[in-house]
Amino acid sequence: MDTLNFIQLEPLTGIYLFVVGFVGGLVSGFIGSGGAFVLTPAMMSLGVPGIVAVASNMCHKFPKALVGAMKRAKYGQVDVKMGLVLGISAEAGVLLGAHYQEAIKRQFGDAGSNLYVSVAFVIILGLVGSFVMRDTIKSYRSGVIEEEKPGKIALWIQSVNIPGTMMYFPSINARISVLFTIPLGFATGLLAATIAVGGFIGVPAQIYILGLSSLMASATELVIAFVMGIGGTIKFAWSGYVDIRLAMIILAGSLFGIQLGAIGTTYVKPYMIKLVMGVIMMTVLISRAIVIPVYLSQLDLIAPLAANTQWWLKNVSFAIMLLALALGAGIILTALIKGRREHLQQQSTQMANATA
Amino acid sequence: MASPSESAASHLKAIGWGVLSIALYLLLFIYDKEVLELSAKGKWYFVFPVVVAFLFSVVHGNFTGEFWRSLGIRAKR
Repeated sequence: MDTLNFIQLEPLTGIYLFVVGFVGGLVSGFIGSGGAFVLTPAMMSLGVPGIVAVASNMCHKFPKALVGAMKRAKYGQVDVKMGLVLGISAEAGVLLGAHYQEAIKRQFGDAGSNLYVSVAFVIILGLVGSFVMRDTIKSYRSGVIEEEKPGKIALWIQSVNIPGTMMYFPSINARISVLFTIPLGFATGLLAATIAVGGFIGVPAQIYILGLSSLMASATELVIAFVMGIGGTIKFAWSGYVDIRLAMIILAGSLFGIQLGAIGTTYVKPYMIKLVMGVIMMTVLISRAIVIPVYLSQLDLIAPLAANTQWWLKNVSFAIMLLALALGAGIILTALIKGRREHLQQQSTQMANATA
Repeated sequence: MASPSESAASHLKAIGWGVLSIALYLLLFIYDKEVLELSAKGKWYFVFPVVVAFLFSVVHGNFTGEFWRSLGIRAKR
């Protein structure tokens, strides 16, 4: 590969990537993942070859996740052991997921590969996203928004004792068999290689299956993202596909965002993390569902669509994806500003009372 | 809330890390052709983008952390 495969960088391109990186980082700092589903298509829309976009996204992901994980570890929100255990099995999932992707692309071409990714998005986000949204609404209505307790599934998993496979995790103060964590990590990696956001499985799995709180799960996801990101970067960099300029511009914006997102988690109630995740998942689902007819038509599985219709569907889909990220960022910033204002008011009331 | 001396230290740190960060980005774009050639070589040259990413994460990560801190945006204690 020679440098001709790397695009010419214009100032406007840089600003665009910086801003998308910032918003993606903000969401990642708060919910542990996100942003990648917009960044890869955003780079491709600038003329970056698909594989270079994926590689450069990976290369910005691991330093971003590292900074985010370290920041949230300072707040006592990270279970490093859980993150590493899940991260290593996720790496295996990434390798298998990438292999599936390559096989589908070889067999059915770009349209087949895009259809596979979109259908995976719709099915997984439909199932997991609706579950997360339902749970968030239930928590809000019941008034139990301060404290989170492990659900029935998590309690059962924590009670299962399989000798020789048990491991203690500080975040739940319990022992879990690695026979449960390995498939969850694997599924996270498989999803990361398919739709670029493993956290859409990883975070809900940690909350609902392993029994971590939303805060711990979203922070621990950053450790998983770091492990997957560095593995992915080495894989792609070995073949020379990383455009380090693109990766570092996105990183420039995303590190501003991830710091702010991490700070935001200390001001909000735990259900907000699930709310942001649920809203993003459901909006992305709509975005991907809209574009499915285009790929079905390209594969001759339905009547051909006019070129104009295809163009519209693709652009509307991309706009809704940007909207998903913007909605998530909007909720985070609003919650951060509100939480901070309340905290400052509380502090000044306490100081006034103390001096009185 | 931060004391005035804490705030001044934070401003100084933000400026220091900021200058280093800008210097790194300037180097990256001044030598972009060489940088791209090195990463495009692949194989054991994979170390290059990985090390660059780590370096930027330390320098720019410290800068962004101090940046928000100097603006008074800190985690709730």
